[in-house]
This record gives sequence, structure tokens and C-alpha cells, in this order.
Amino acid sequence: MRNFARTDSHTLASYRGASGYAAWQKAQTMEPAALVEEVKKSNLRGLGGAGFPTGMKWSFIPKTHTGPVYLVVNADEGEPGTFKDRYLLERDPHALIEGMLITARAIRSALGFVYIRGEYVQPWRRFSAAVKEAYDAGLLGKGFDVVVHRGAGAYICGEETGLLSSLEGKKGWPKIKPPFPAIKGAFGQPTIVNNVETLCCVPPIIERGAAWFADLGTKTQGGTRMYSVSGRVKKPGVYEESVSITLRQLIERAGGVTGTGRLKAVVPGGGSAAILTADEIDVTMDVDGCRAAGTMIGSAGVIVMDESVSIPEALLVLARFYAHESCGQCTPCRESTGWIEKMVHRIVHGHGRKDDLDTILDVAKRGGGTTICAFYDGAIGPYISYIQKFRGEFEALCRA
Amino acid sequence: MSAPIQFTPAQLAEVRRLQGLYPDKRGALLPVLHMAQDSFGYLSLEAEAYVAGLFDLSPAHVHEVVTFYTLYFQQPKGRHIVAVCHNLSCHLAGAQDLLRHLETRLGIQRGETTEDGRVTLQAVECLCACEAAPMAQVDDRYELNLTAEKVDRILRGLT
Repeated sequence: MRNFARTDSHTLASYRGASGYAAWQKAQTMEPAALVEEVKKSNLRGLGGAGFPTGMKWSFIPKTHTGPVYLVVNADEGEPGTFKDRYLLERDPHALIEGMLITARAIRSALGFVYIRGEYVQPWRRFSAAVKEAYDAGLLGKGFDVVVHRGAGAYICGEETGLLSSLEGKKGWPKIKPPFPAIKGAFGQPTIVNNVETLCCVPPIIERGAAWFADLGTKTQGGTRMYSVSGRVKKPGVYEESVSITLRQLIERAGGVTGTGRLKAVVPGGGSAAILTADEIDVTMDVDGCRAAGTMIGSAGVIVMDESVSIPEALLVLARFYAHESCGQCTPCRESTGWIEKMVHRIVHGHGRKDDLDTILDVAKRGGGTTICAFYDGAIGPYISYIQKFRGEFEALCRA
Repeated sequence: MSAPIQFTPAQLAEVRRLQGLYPDKRGALLPVLHMAQDSFGYLSLEAEAYVAGLFDLSPAHVHEVVTFYTLYFQQPKGRHIVAVCHNLSCHLAGAQDLLRHLETRLGIQRGETTEDGRVTLQAVECLCACEAAPMAQVDDRYELNLTAEKVDRILRGLT
């Protein structure tokens, strides 16, 4: 976010003025293995949702492979409550291009794809213009090319293997792993899929060193990250903070709670994260801190709810979302998301029974871990946590 | 409304350029379907078969792709699309009231198109502009921090 304040932050001149592409200069003097090692030591973890160590992911490209290796950028931002990548594409596109150049050198890739969600027309135009500038300036096209690809509307394409299916001109069905994309990814070749924000962290790591980045965060995760804060707060927006910040501090940073002014619950990491109650917000907002609290940091989309918010209605919104976005490939996900939406719908509309709640919990839990991708495991987070933590509110809507 | 299902020579050159960007030309299917929809208004079975021919794919494969993604239309759509986000942050900011207001103003339900073909109204999932909820995508643009007054003003600008 170092460049966000400038009105022309998306241009090459502005980016260069803020020492942009200095890291790329330095990276060209380093061996690929040294770049991977530096990113490993920085404790950078994937910022798209899964939180996997980035350097380790890069190291999975088979050393003996002699064919093409692809770098794919996941710019299919779609997790409810998340909007940081939109800001990066629009306001700091050259940071992503520089991160791609360095990463491509590290993994020995000559071709990168940037998969931008179809609805992001303005970010797509902005980023495409920046790619053209980079070609004209000779930054791209000399050993590394970038193809900007537009999606066509499907949340599941944010899942990395669903994204690869879509990039190959198919419906976005996730693929069974293994083989992982680093072994067999886009068009059958070894592929690294990284999130936009993750790659934007790479230039400062190379420029200022792994230790500097690691020290910004916690023992197990380096750096700052961009928190998207929305819902009932005074100043919704993107906040770049150390990953060691607590949820309480982050809500204060966003101006505190609006509405009634009294906090009821918070979604800490995008729609698929388990909800936290008002007395659970001292959690630190890193991968392991949220995991220890029984939720996940995911994409760091924070949605704040004050006392006046109906939790059953909030769950209905998400249940509808999962039913709509399930790709239909795996039976437990396809069927359960539909059933659960219908059950939550009838509870919210006053036709539910109290034992519906246990039925939902039972259905939700049975499907966990049975599907090809993590979509359904993500849906379970809200199903279970909203009902378990706010059961009284659901029961009050039920008939018997 | 129904344009002939045939790209111009310039468009065909663009199709070949796009196909050449990918290790397998099929990678260009989604971008070419966007082009086809922009040119032909929507993706009829005839348009799907035409695009399939450009990729040596079966029409069934292209139909499977078209029906999977929300941004492809299989029926004629309005000259303008108003897609209101109704996911969680927009829900908390009154997206349902906004949708009902639009339904009343336009005299249609979500998912429908006005009789004069001017506007298609949709309720869509998270467009990832939650900091400016409630919001909607109007054609290519994101319209942020919407109110009834603001959305009325936007509607008046759609011809």
C-alpha cells in the first residue's frame, strides 16, 4: 500500500518514483534458489485464504523438469467481505508485475497468467494498461511474458484448481489433488498459483531482506497484510497492519462499531470463516492465531456486526451464497448446501422446528472432508459456528 | 436485436491472436465468449456452436461452459445490467431495501428485464466492494454507497 496515496499510483512513472522495480534489479543478480530461500526465510504465507508458506510452495516445482513452468496469479477475488486485491490491481498494478517478474525468476517460468474475475472490469483495464507500460519499458517480453485473462463469474474459480480448469477453457471444476499444481497444473505443466497480495509482498522482501519482513509479523508468519474491514464500522476500508494485530485493535482502527455501538459478532476472515462473538476479539489476526481460536484468517475480510444484526438472517445470506456457488461436482456439497439453505430459510421465516438446528449441524459435519476442494469445508465454518454460538437466537424463531 | 452470428475479419484476427497466447488455444475460450456476447447480444445455441467451430470443440463443451458462468447470458438481456450485490456486507447496509426499491421503480422482479429492453435487474453475490456497501455493478461500472436517490439518478442516465 506504500503507493496508494498518490493519485497516479497506477502508472509506471509513479511506481518508479517510489523506488519501484529496484527489487527486480536486485533479484536479477540473485540465483533462483537464493530467491526461493529468501522468501522461505521471510515467513510469507499465502494471503488468498489458505495461508500456505509461499517459499515452500515454490520449492515444490520438480528440479528435474525441463519443460515450461507457469506462474498463475489468482486475482479471482470473491470471498465475501474481501476487497484488497481490487485495490492492488487498481492502485498498485506495477507492484504485482514486479512480484511476478521476481517469482518467475525464482521458479524459472517464462509465462505468467493473471486470472481476474470477470466483474472486475475497471481493475482489468487498469492492470492491462500497466502490463502494456511494462512491455513498452522492456520490463516484460525479455524472458517473461504476461497474459491477462478475464473470468466470467464463478466464486469457485478462486479455488486454485478450479481456476486452472477455467483458464484451460472449461467450467471451473476443481481437480483432485495430488497431483498438486506445482507438479501438474495449467495445461498439464508445473504451475505455481499465488494470490495478488502475496506476490505484491515479494518485491519488498527481496529489496529489504527476509529478516525485515519476518520481524514485522509473528514467529510463524511474517509481514503486514491488508485487512478488508466492512459491516457496522465507522470507517470501512482497507487497512495494512502487522499480522500480529488483534481483532479488537483492528475494529478500533476502523473507527469502532456503528449501529447500536455495541458489538455482537465478527467474521474475521471472509464469509467462510467461523464467526467470533464480542468476547472473542482478542485473537491475533495471523494464520495460527485465528486457527487456535477455532476460526481462520482466510482472506482477512473482516465483517463487523452490531447488536441489532440478526445472526439467523446473516447465516441465510451465506447459506444462499454457498448453495448458489457450489459447482455441483461433489454430491455432499451440491446436496447439503441446497438443503441447508432451505432449512435456514424456513427457520428465518418462522416455519422451522428446533430439531432442524441439530439436523443442520449433523448434515454440515457429515460432509466435512469428503469433497474434492475446500469449498464445502469453508461453508461448514459459518453453518456450525453461527448456530452453536447464537443458538438461542435461532430457537426463538422456531415453532417447537 | 439479433445480429448475424459471424465475427468480422478483424474479430477473427483477434480470436487467432487470443488463441496464440495460450499453450493450448482452448485457453482463449472464455475471452472469445466475452467477445461473442458483446457482438451478438447474448450467447444463443447458434452462437455457442459458432464459437465451438472456432476452437474445434463440441457445441456441448461450449454449452457446458456458458451455462456454468454467471456473466454469460443465454437469453436476450437488457441494454443495461443493474446487478445489486446482496451478500453479507451489502445485506447489513440495506441491500434488500435497495433491491425492492429498484423492483418498484422498474416494475420488474430481480432476474427480469423491463419490457422496453432497457434494464435487466439482478441480485448477485459478493462483488468485493464491501467498504462501499450497498453497491451495484451497472454495466462495466461499480456504483458505490448507494441510496434510493442515488440509484434513481443512475437509472435516469440509462437509455
